[in-house]
Amino acid sequence: MINFLFDMVYLLAAVGFFICLKLLSSPKTARLGNFIGALAMALAVLATLLANKPQALGAVGISVLLGSIVGVIMAQRVAMTAMPQMVAMFNGLGGLASVLVACGEALRYFYDPLVQPGALFSFTSWFSVVVGAITFSGSIIAFLKLQELMPTRPILVSGQRLFTGLIFLVTMVSLVLIINAPKDLFIFSMLALIATVLGVLLVIPIGGADMPVVISLLNSYSGIAAMAAGFVVNSNILIISGALVGASGVILTRLMCSAMNRSLMNVIFGAFGSLDQASASGEEKPMKEFVPIDAAMVLSNANKVIIVPGYGLAVSQAQRNLRDLADAIKHLGVQVSYAIHPVAGRMPGHMNVLLAEADIPYQELFDLDEINAEFETADVALIIGANDVVNPSARTDKSSPLFGMPILNADKAKTVIVMKRGKGRGFAGVENTLFTLDNSGVVFGDAKQSLIKVINALKEV
Amino acid sequence: MSEIAIGIYVLVLASFIGFEVISKVPTMLHTPLMSGSNAISGIILLGAIVIAAQQNSVLGGYLAYVAIFLATINVVGGFVVTDRMLSMFRSKKGGRS
Repeated sequence: MINFLFDMVYLLAAVGFFICLKLLSSPKTARLGNFIGALAMALAVLATLLANKPQALGAVGISVLLGSIVGVIMAQRVAMTAMPQMVAMFNGLGGLASVLVACGEALRYFYDPLVQPGALFSFTSWFSVVVGAITFSGSIIAFLKLQELMPTRPILVSGQRLFTGLIFLVTMVSLVLIINAPKDLFIFSMLALIATVLGVLLVIPIGGADMPVVISLLNSYSGIAAMAAGFVVNSNILIISGALVGASGVILTRLMCSAMNRSLMNVIFGAFGSLDQASASGEEKPMKEFVPIDAAMVLSNANKVIIVPGYGLAVSQAQRNLRDLADAIKHLGVQVSYAIHPVAGRMPGHMNVLLAEADIPYQELFDLDEINAEFETADVALIIGANDVVNPSARTDKSSPLFGMPILNADKAKTVIVMKRGKGRGFAGVENTLFTLDNSGVVFGDAKQSLIKVINALKEV
Repeated sequence: MSEIAIGIYVLVLASFIGFEVISKVPTMLHTPLMSGSNAISGIILLGAIVIAAQQNSVLGGYLAYVAIFLATINVVGGFVVTDRMLSMFRSKKGGRS
């Protein structure tokens, strides 16, 4: 009876998670949803404590307390630009926890002479360790790359793919070994080690520009790892929650891939952005330079302006200056909206968060699909720190590496104002024909400085 | 039905509902979705507590405590950072949500 009661509490928690995700479908209810999710988690933890009554309650309590303190500090201190690293780090910790749970369960069986684990248990714990370890080490590498503690370019030495394949094979073979010798702790710890190496090898050849895909994928893995652990310890709530997270990761991964017009296989094995990608497409037309007063004139005479923010904006921490500029031209009666490309930031939806932080109302932010038709009626497309996502050659030039990628049709606007640091190319290393169009003008310089100069120039026109 | 079969039923059904519900989350909220679902994947904390309770060796106990510590960072950090982000989404009229 009491066990039935606990099971019902778990069911309640699972429903809480579904409601949490359901309420995330609108910014109005999202915060409440997150709160309900946290409440459901607290409920589930409490029920688990009551149902299992760990003898070393003190040690458990201290672990929870320390974890909470570290978690809160990390969550409070992280800058919004560093959110992708943060999520990668949390993913990694979750993955490592899954590995430890599976190992702990194997250890318990090892010390219990009465139980003989079956093949099914061996399989689920094998799977849990493998997915958890890949999530852990893969996330750590993603974290290091995003934090720029290691080179963001793809790292691929000769023979690396063969080696990865070999490690993968060893991982598979170990399944047979574990089923045959389920109580062999040596094989188990070797497996954890090898899968950790595999995670490193899988993420290290992927370049910085592809990190949105990698993070989404690792997010999905962390769910799958929790789900697998659910099979190991026979817990339906772990399976349900793991499935939810797995599903969200898969959806986001697919979205990110289609936003870059690349298959998942291509992201994982393609080593995009490596040196051979840089296309030398003949003569380069010169870019027309705008001084800030030119830009101010054009903006103040416009009726409708669409702003296309890119990651360069966040790099120079200029979100607030952008809002100031938008406010200034709104005062002149200009209609302002923002066009957000799915890969404008470093993770799905990242740019929306960065602009929200600068108090830009979310009603002014539009997706690619929502706003692309609007460019034709816009007087000005203002591109700030974005490059590949507005490159028209993605539509027309079959030889371009960007060909087929959905882009924002900024070139359709009457005038295009580009703010960029220098004459450099985007992540893909491709020349951008948008910048050399007859109706384009480029304001060179750091985004923040350029924005401040244009705002000042606006006061004079 | 065996325990594992029930588990598979639960897995498949939960995945379907998960896809349906999460597909409706707008792009604007994808970062909070990811950090929020990330916090939910910290549910492994429950598994870690079960392991801690059933442990019959010293080493196993320590593994479990470390797992609890890590999973709690994941859970608490995930929910707190999601709340922090969502509190910034501001509607046109009036204050923040």
